Amino acid sequence: MYQQKDFVLSVEGLTVSFDGFKAVNNVSFYIEEQEIRVIIGPNGAGKTTILDLICGKTKSTEGSIKFKGKELTKLREHEIVHAGVGRKFQNPSIYEDLTVFENLELSYPKGKKVWGALTFTRDQAVIDKVNEIAEMIFLKEMLQSKASLLSHGQKQWLEIGMLLIQDPELLMLDEPVAGMSVSERKQTAALLQKITQDRSVLVIEHDMHFVEEIADRVTVMHQGQVLSEGSMDHVQSDPKVIEVYLGH
Amino acid sequence: MLQSKFKSLTPRNDVLSFVVLAVLLLVLLPLLFDIFRLNLIGKYLTFAFVAIGLVLSWGLGGILSLGQGIFFGIGGYAMAMFLKLEASTPENTAIQSTPGIPDFMDWNQLTALPWFWEPFHSFGFTLVAIIVLPAIFAYIIGAAMFKRRVGGVYFAIITQAIAAILTILIIGQQGYTGGVNGITDLRTLLGWDIRTDSAKYILYFVNAILLLAVLVAAQYIRKSKLGRLLVAMRDSEDRVRFSGYDVDNYKIFIFCIAGIFSSIGGAMFTLQVGFMSPSLIGIVPSIEMVIFAAVGGNLSIFGAVYGALIVNWAKTILSESYPEVWLFAMGALFIAVVLAFPKGLAGLYETYLQPKVDKLLDKKLKKDKAE
Repeated sequence: MYQQKDFVLSVEGLTVSFDGFKAVNNVSFYIEEQEIRVIIGPNGAGKTTILDLICGKTKSTEGSIKFKGKELTKLREHEIVHAGVGRKFQNPSIYEDLTVFENLELSYPKGKKVWGALTFTRDQAVIDKVNEIAEMIFLKEMLQSKASLLSHGQKQWLEIGMLLIQDPELLMLDEPVAGMSVSERKQTAALLQKITQDRSVLVIEHDMHFVEEIADRVTVMHQGQVLSEGSMDHVQSDPKVIEVYLGH
Repeated sequence: MLQSKFKSLTPRNDVLSFVVLAVLLLVLLPLLFDIFRLNLIGKYLTFAFVAIGLVLSWGLGGILSLGQGIFFGIGGYAMAMFLKLEASTPENTAIQSTPGIPDFMDWNQLTALPWFWEPFHSFGFTLVAIIVLPAIFAYIIGAAMFKRRVGGVYFAIITQAIAAILTILIIGQQGYTGGVNGITDLRTLLGWDIRTDSAKYILYFVNAILLLAVLVAAQYIRKSKLGRLLVAMRDSEDRVRFSGYDVDNYKIFIFCIAGIFSSIGGAMFTLQVGFMSPSLIGIVPSIEMVIFAAVGGNLSIFGAVYGALIVNWAKTILSESYPEVWLFAMGALFIAVVLAFPKGLAGLYETYLQPKVDKLLDKKLKKDKAE
């Protein structure tokens, strides 16, 4: 049996049913410190639902999600964030009416309570941090532009930047390169390589080249269940996976 | 540090808007109009308090309340109850079968003052109630809705239903509330006759200064991180939530603030107009209040004041000559605003006038520097 403390995230027997339909059915997996885990699988396999369950957007029906030994299923969304879990959504969700600077500033881990937000001052530490992150996500020149003016790829980077400024221990990314041009994709891969160094990362992705490039281990899901798990090579040669992707 | 914070709170255009409005309210209008008209303007301005609250909650935060009359009524009734008790001395009410209680209670065969009227003998309690009661009420409504993730249209409908319920309750409980007539025949405030012209002048200025103070508070909220968070919530609520904010609390907070502003407006209405009735808190007045904010521009706290002034002015003029037309005109106005200029008067100003004003200011500043 594994020692619990070795894992950043342990998901055990996780199940959620929507009116009897089990979108995620008895799923278990474990993520180690500094590991990059990619979840792949056909549409409707329950990949995004897993992220929803971990970050508290959806409540599980059964099972447990432990983050550094702490049970997440009972916590509220913002408490999960404060515990150290950050999540990027599939469609870039940013604040279109605010500037890039303001977008990043709102994710800065200070002044998160009502009173704190009322009395928050933009001090040098905040400005420095925002500049540092903006540099990283290639948006240094755009800090004072409205976020609605960014391209699709830039919006994705901005959202990744908003997560970085939170500095989560577990970073969850839902299709971070979807809809990006080839050059943007390359930049993103480099960016992800850089930002994944000090933390554990859980990624959902369809692009197999991209998966190969970044994944330590891959979990394949099908119809709400884990089909196979292991290195990319192992997964690709698994007959069950081949059956699902190529069969019928 | 402090200075830079002050600067970030007061962009040049906002300072200009504030000064222009202050001059208009404190100097121009009092010089231009006699006390009858000025008192009417004072009445219109009490609705501006509500409109400013709506700019914060609806314009910035995307929380549309169609029941702000509730809070206008809470403040208005609290003030009216105090004034009514002061007017109902045993000497003044000697002809009643129970002297010393408000006249409408006597007509409804009540023989003692209801318990919830008792604290309104105290002016201090009344002032506190005008601030605290709407906050408590807004907190209860807000917590019940936002914690259950009720928002958008559903929230609007429920606030409207609450406004309707409150109206029905007040009308039904005539003996306790004055019923459909409301609380009338208010005379003095701490012995000071509020019906005289000089009192009306003073109340107008008290009202105008309170309004400017509320504008300052609103500007602070708008320019704080909380203001940016409200905009962020309107754009992408989930992103805010998963950035570690308890979104529900922010919504409750801004709804409470909007409620408090409205309540202050209601109290000033009672003082200046001399009565309070359910006709000011029901569905129609609550929707009218939203229209004031929409016409002024639902993103501009200054626009809200002009919206309240202009729409009410139009209402008075139109309903003096064609009373039956007013509701249609109001509906048409709302449709026109939403379709043709969704940012209201403030939007028109920003598009057409502000660039010119900016140019002028730049020129002036350069000249000053050169000298």
